[in-house]
Amino acid sequence: MFELIQQLTNVYGATGRETGVADLIETLLKDKVDSIRRDAMGNLICEKKGSDPNGKRIMLSAHMDHIGFIVAAVEKEGFLRVAPVGGVSVDASRTRHVRFANGVQGVIVQQPVKEGETPAMKHLFIDIGAADEAEALSMIQLGDIALYAPDCFRLGQYRVASPAMDDRVACALQVAVMQELGETRDTVIAVFSTQEEVGCRGAKTAAYSVEPDIGIALDVTCNGDTPETKLPAVKLGEGAAVKIMDRGSISNPELVRDLLAAGERAGVKTQREVLPFGGTDASAIQLSRGGVIAGTVSIPCRYVHSACEVIDLRDVQAAKELLKAYLK
Amino acid sequence: MELKTICELPGISGREEPVRMAIYAECVQKLGSENVTIDRMGNVIAHKAGRDATAPHVMLAAHMDEVGLMVLSATEEGLLRVCAIGGIDSRVLVSKRVKVGYGEDALNGVIGAMAIHQQTAEDRKHVLPISQLYVDIGAKDKAEAEAKAPAGTPIVFDTPYTPFGDHKVLVKALDDRVACYNLLRLLDCDVKGDTDFVFTCQEEVGSRGADGAAFRIHPDIGIALEGTSANDVGDVPETARVCTLGKGVAVSFMDRASIAQPELFRQMLQTAEEAGVPHQVKLAVAGGNDSGPMQRARSGARTCVLSVPCRYIHSPSTICDLRDVEAQYQLAKAFLEK
Repeated sequence: MFELIQQLTNVYGATGRETGVADLIETLLKDKVDSIRRDAMGNLICEKKGSDPNGKRIMLSAHMDHIGFIVAAVEKEGFLRVAPVGGVSVDASRTRHVRFANGVQGVIVQQPVKEGETPAMKHLFIDIGAADEAEALSMIQLGDIALYAPDCFRLGQYRVASPAMDDRVACALQVAVMQELGETRDTVIAVFSTQEEVGCRGAKTAAYSVEPDIGIALDVTCNGDTPETKLPAVKLGEGAAVKIMDRGSISNPELVRDLLAAGERAGVKTQREVLPFGGTDASAIQLSRGGVIAGTVSIPCRYVHSACEVIDLRDVQAAKELLKAYLK
Repeated sequence: MELKTICELPGISGREEPVRMAIYAECVQKLGSENVTIDRMGNVIAHKAGRDATAPHVMLAAHMDEVGLMVLSATEEGLLRVCAIGGIDSRVLVSKRVKVGYGEDALNGVIGAMAIHQQTAEDRKHVLPISQLYVDIGAKDKAEAEAKAPAGTPIVFDTPYTPFGDHKVLVKALDDRVACYNLLRLLDCDVKGDTDFVFTCQEEVGSRGADGAAFRIHPDIGIALEGTSANDVGDVPETARVCTLGKGVAVSFMDRASIAQPELFRQMLQTAEEAGVPHQVKLAVAGGNDSGPMQRARSGARTCVLSVPCRYIHSPSTICDLRDVEAQYQLAKAFLEK
């Protein structure tokens, strides 16, 4: 699993620029599913037919996009001014190594602020080593997106740190589930969605075309097990988290019950997750067409939306076994 | 229709009827009534078959509505209490002339506030919110005001079309009549794919009209034609100017409503290069528009936004450069015909 996570977190895939991630996943799944297609939003939709023609249509959704910094202007001196794409923070970004799709590297820096002024995105710039505006524009274009540079490494025995763990760890989980699933009664549609970080935009159009009976988002969730954090009551290494509620959706209670029961059948640890903020693709799936039974299986993750998002491989393993048991 | 005519028509969000009727008439005249529909929300949808049935189906959207005010009630003195329709900075309102109601019966009005003599030093430090402003229509009392301008009466800025300076015009409602003007001109294009020209309603209150229109049409490609804020003024640093008057049509890579489909964004810039159309990349992630609903209706569409830079947008006096208006038209035309 570590290798798969490493492979997926190392691929460039900004919000709105997910093609590279989709290409990689397509090669990993092309022999394991019945059909693969992409839609106008760039979602990768992988369908595996069930044995029962009257079976349900179950949609899984893990998002491929990764938050970043879009180049909005170039200074005469060659520095890039940026706007956020998704929830990047100033605090997590000072003097960080970033990279563009074409391989151009940069350092994101915060300029000095006036006394009493709160540092904001407008105070950040990216230094790509260009001498002036013309040289900068020969390296990158307006509208290109810089991401925290790939840096996936092991932390202790079970844990892994990387940028883009949100949500490539769930992409890896979803790939592994589809690879190992085998025959099922219900049809399973694994959607690798786009633009989740700007409001679950890809999942909205994917859910419309997939028309699922049940939708399960696979995403990371925050932790409450580090100094001075309390919510949610979710701990790394304590198993897959089954979401009860976040700001985007209230999970269908029967689905929550069934997912927890599947975890029990699989003999893996689970946690109940109530997140007072955030949202997942479940929020878009749930409201598609006439409404869909929806929920989320989460991987607990520390330092979400930073360059070092930390997960525990045992939780990924637990989520995988839970999902396989549920889908069987 | 002339730019002057379409800008001077009144039509706040949800009350677009004068604009809708004028646009509908011109669409019918150009494409025949069988190809023009007004849907339940009040969008005007003009359909034109393409010469290549295999080419992508395109939806173009320009919104008919403008920001304005609406009557809430009248005071004992016969002054109108009002609320904003769409995003208006109350600092731009005081002492501006307005038209209350539409058509022949429209009343002249002015937005009033407490005179400087009556304000305390403390008052002068604060911006008066719209709830503390009023519209004076010269009524003698509450009864007359209520009879002439009952609650719900729409109010628009009264700023006539004024050409001035170097290729510039000053008028109300350039956002987004400038694009309605171009969209009407584009009806004459030799379109490659099937094309729906959609004049949307209620954009300024959250792209509500485009929601239904995009669902109905479900295009392959959606192009929003907009007027966007040019911040090319005063001591604003060059990198924060969003876009600049006279530099051509602004192409957006991202705004608050959508991220432009990257290939379509590049294709737009390339089309502009090839056709020799002056263009600029919009240098900010700001503003929302009809691209959001077009991108995400049903199973989705590829979208992009082409804007005419406008100074003092959402104020009574908006300014644009006619060369940029022409550039928006030329780029959309080149794209549709290619």
